[in-house]
Amino acid sequence: MVGNYKMRMGDGSRRWMSKEEIIDDVQAGVNDAVDCAEVPALTDDDMGRIVDILCEKNHMVTVEEGNEVVITNDGGPLKLMIDSGSSAPGIDLGRVQATKVLEKVFSVDTLETAWYDASMKEVKPNIGYEMVHCQDLMSNTVAPVLYMFMPNLGLYYQPTGMFGNPPDLMRDFKIEEAMDQAEKAGDALYEDLMYVTDKILSVGVDGLDFDTTASAGDVEFVSCLKAVENIRKSYPDAYIQMGMSAENILGVHGMVEYDGKVVAGMYPHEQVKVAEKAGVSAFGPVVNTNTSKSSAWNIARAVTIVKECERVSTIPLQVNMGMGVGGTPMFETPPMDAISRADKAMVEVAGVDGI
Amino acid sequence: MAHLTAGLQCTRCAGDLISRAQFHNKTKIKESKKFVADKLGIDTFDLIDEQIMRELREELGIGTITAIGGGPTPMEAKMNIEKVLGFEIASCKRFRENTGLSRRV
Repeated sequence: MVGNYKMRMGDGSRRWMSKEEIIDDVQAGVNDAVDCAEVPALTDDDMGRIVDILCEKNHMVTVEEGNEVVITNDGGPLKLMIDSGSSAPGIDLGRVQATKVLEKVFSVDTLETAWYDASMKEVKPNIGYEMVHCQDLMSNTVAPVLYMFMPNLGLYYQPTGMFGNPPDLMRDFKIEEAMDQAEKAGDALYEDLMYVTDKILSVGVDGLDFDTTASAGDVEFVSCLKAVENIRKSYPDAYIQMGMSAENILGVHGMVEYDGKVVAGMYPHEQVKVAEKAGVSAFGPVVNTNTSKSSAWNIARAVTIVKECERVSTIPLQVNMGMGVGGTPMFETPPMDAISRADKAMVEVAGVDGI
Repeated sequence: MAHLTAGLQCTRCAGDLISRAQFHNKTKIKESKKFVADKLGIDTFDLIDEQIMRELREELGIGTITAIGGGPTPMEAKMNIEKVLGFEIASCKRFRENTGLSRRV
């Protein structure tokens, strides 16, 4: 055993480190964040605080009294009901029952519900059933409920969808056709988003969670932003949460804009400004975990990027902290020692408003 | 589970109320907590106190973590939450529209 502090690697494996190694990894994580995202470095006080959190001897750590934040859970009842593909234990409950368990037993501050395959393309044909389910759920819960879906533009491309697949077209040097197909798929996604969200909000659900936004890149991001902008016209008070998929926007198209800004390559502190403009209520930035680096490195890097996002944001930040994002290990059952330390650092150093 | 130790404990304390305030007002966590504390007439530090919130929630009829026979149904609790927080809740608004009830402020 080398070093006397238990750390985790980004893949969840255990590693013993000395305090000097932890300090070095925190500094290196901060440096990487500055380099990639072009954000300010953390102060020496902030880095020292992160080292103190990481070196606490308790198995789990938690926030100081008064620093508690809003907890929202991704996928709602599916996190109890489905299989290991979503780190879930496969308990065969109904969705309303499972959501009430999350509310009453787990005390999650904001509830969610979703279709079993929450991709937008899969939700749409089941919208009638989803409306009935949501009506039932709203009669049985007190805490706010968001309807979660994943825009998942990738399913609109061939072979699963009707539009040409941009990466395949680009491989054949058909760049303009790739951009054209991406734009057409983006329009189709926008239409589906408007249809589904209107139906869901019409039955009295408190709001929406755009989950894994921009998983298929820049066109998906812009389609979602345009949808939020137009949803606001009919539902000005809906709670709209936008949670991202990755830390920067993939430039599948490369030139698509929102509010006069090219969105490809945007990092969280830039993403949140266009999200604000569109009318999002709460933004969920993502920072990807590097599975070859320690928790010290990953947490420091994530906090550096999110702290700048929090600084520039005028809307609340509910940072994505889970399997492989927000400085947490990429592992099916993420170790609680690492999760709790990442949470504490994100709340007390980055200053986020929710998790 | 680890995340929940950093949370506001939903209807066990005031987490659901603070979440509603945060989403409705689009405010950061400090402002959201102050908004709710002011509406409840308590200190922000009391928002996470289980003993204070349990009694207050029962008194106001805004739903408790444990099931009380004869206590408010979820819809009734949310309608009382509307009165406390001072803004409409979507499911309550729909309930009133579909039943012809008007909202009492």
